[in-house]
Amino acid sequence: MLRYITKRVFAMFLTLLIIATITFFLMKLLPGSPFNNQEKLTESQRYALNEKYGLNDPVPVQYINYLGKLAQGDLGYTFQFDGRTVNSMIANGMGPSATVGFEALVFGTLVGLILGIAAALKHNSFIDYGAMVMAVFGIAIPSFVFAGLLQYYVGVKLGWLPVAFWNGPEYHIMPAFSLSVGVIATVARFMRTEMLEILGTDYILMARSKGISKQAVIIKHCVRNSMIPIITILGPMAIGLITGSLVIENIFAIPGIGEQFVKSINLNDYPVIMGTTLFYSFLIIVIILVVDILYGIIDPRIRVAGGKS
Amino acid sequence: MEKLLELDNLHVSFQTYGGEVKAVRGVSLSLDKGESLAIVGESGSGKSVTSKAVMRLLPNKIGSIKEGAIRFQGKDLAKATEREMEKIRGAEISMIFQDPMTSLNPTMTIGKQIMEGLRKHQNMSKSEAKERSINLLKLVGIPNPELRVDEYPHQFSGGMRQRVVIAIALACNPKVLIADEPTTALDVTIQAQILDLMRDLQDKTGTAIILITHDLGVVANLAQRVAVMYGGMIVETGTVDEIFYKPKHPYTWGLLASMPKLNSDSKELLAIPGTPPDLMNPPKGCPFAARCPYAMEVCLEHMPEATNVSSSHKAACWLLDERAPKVEPPEAAVVGGAR
Repeated sequence: MLRYITKRVFAMFLTLLIIATITFFLMKLLPGSPFNNQEKLTESQRYALNEKYGLNDPVPVQYINYLGKLAQGDLGYTFQFDGRTVNSMIANGMGPSATVGFEALVFGTLVGLILGIAAALKHNSFIDYGAMVMAVFGIAIPSFVFAGLLQYYVGVKLGWLPVAFWNGPEYHIMPAFSLSVGVIATVARFMRTEMLEILGTDYILMARSKGISKQAVIIKHCVRNSMIPIITILGPMAIGLITGSLVIENIFAIPGIGEQFVKSINLNDYPVIMGTTLFYSFLIIVIILVVDILYGIIDPRIRVAGGKS
Repeated sequence: MEKLLELDNLHVSFQTYGGEVKAVRGVSLSLDKGESLAIVGESGSGKSVTSKAVMRLLPNKIGSIKEGAIRFQGKDLAKATEREMEKIRGAEISMIFQDPMTSLNPTMTIGKQIMEGLRKHQNMSKSEAKERSINLLKLVGIPNPELRVDEYPHQFSGGMRQRVVIAIALACNPKVLIADEPTTALDVTIQAQILDLMRDLQDKTGTAIILITHDLGVVANLAQRVAVMYGGMIVETGTVDEIFYKPKHPYTWGLLASMPKLNSDSKELLAIPGTPPDLMNPPKGCPFAARCPYAMEVCLEHMPEATNVSSSHKAACWLLDERAPKVEPPEAAVVGGAR
């Protein structure tokens, strides 16, 4: 197991290096430069700024310099504010983003599982159809539509929850809920299909023929086995939550990392683009690794090689 | 003597989009303590449905017992509640399924799967149940049971898995074991081992066995009595010797004739021509009449009554009526007779 993880971590760094390289050169292909749109700058001022941030060097030199700093964990300085490091921007923005994403993931998965299980157990009933109609809406309607509706009705009309900003727990509810709608829908649909399939297997009949109660059969035999594909989709979904939160963070004016990412692209803020891209990639790779390990825990058949067998 | 298990005029139907399928149409059977009874018949004859009805494991929404009784130690299981059935399943009557590759939960250690029933029915502590599981694995011939008890089904071969399934079924010393085609999914060499094991365990535990199969070789190996099913009905019952050496029903003749024989020169496999009846619209008369070479007019119109051939041997066929012409079984159906 340890050997497996070491191997995966090594592969992770290699992947990050490739992502850094591709992003770096793609970014340089973008039209414009960081200080072009500040028209008040004179030619010499602009030259000085470019010199300060090393933008007058040839691109390959810039690339080598960037990698050198990256190896030390230094993501450089933002162009937007004087003297602020990208590291500190990510650290500040990460808190709210991770909180909203995590809350949405946990809430969405739990509700989705419950809906999916209920729909499967009451197959072809009102509950089943109701849950699946809701799931279709949840998948089809983008999260920002829910966000807007919630802001207007719950925030403005009813005044129950704050419309935007990030000042305490009550500010989490609407953004996290908007984000979780898609999760609920996807998890519910997968869980229902999987539960139905597993309820029809021989080992469920076998378990029932042992005389254990229906509830015990469902919890111990059916739900656990139905979770296997859910774990698989949770990985990409967690990633989707982080990137999907760009829009939601904007709508709710949450000072998250997504907001900074979007702004940095508009402003050609190279170090922030690089920093956030690499950070996202890092998160995604870690999540995939976690999913793979979880997979082995829940399904002994695919427990990784080299582990205790 | 009090019968252990008695099916009385059992009818089971399935509601499908096309209509009601009458899968079992009036089956009456009995099983003594420690006896082994084989139910044979081709696919779709209702043998598996009968066994699932006894366990009350028919698919809830579509399958139901329409009529008849399933008396087990004096109690009618056809009318038992789900909670009462939970006490009987596994503890009094248990079941072995056809395919050991799919009848074990892939994500649970086999020890836990054996222990489940023990913990439920015998209130054993975890360590007691585990010890008993190890003993059971030893009993069914699994080497190193202390280690293997913590392994998962995918670490066992097909034959070993069927042994585990048998261990699970026998965990609580049930009085009846229903084996639904227990060897069909296994290699021929493994089949013999599993049959030996079942016979051996029956000697040791005194469990009565209902063996469901289409394989007459398995029947000869394990059963004392045989019930031949066709079209949701029992067409002939008798002891193994009576069914093999003095069969009376043309369908039984067909079954025996279609058994490949080692001492035959014939290169062809004999089959019964035609297909089983449509149980959505079952025939009025004998279900086998349409395929029976000896069918008479009466066969198409009226279902024959079960006729006693001997005290243990019954067949439902108009040929046994005293007004019917005398018909001898075809040569191929005579066991040991075809030369």
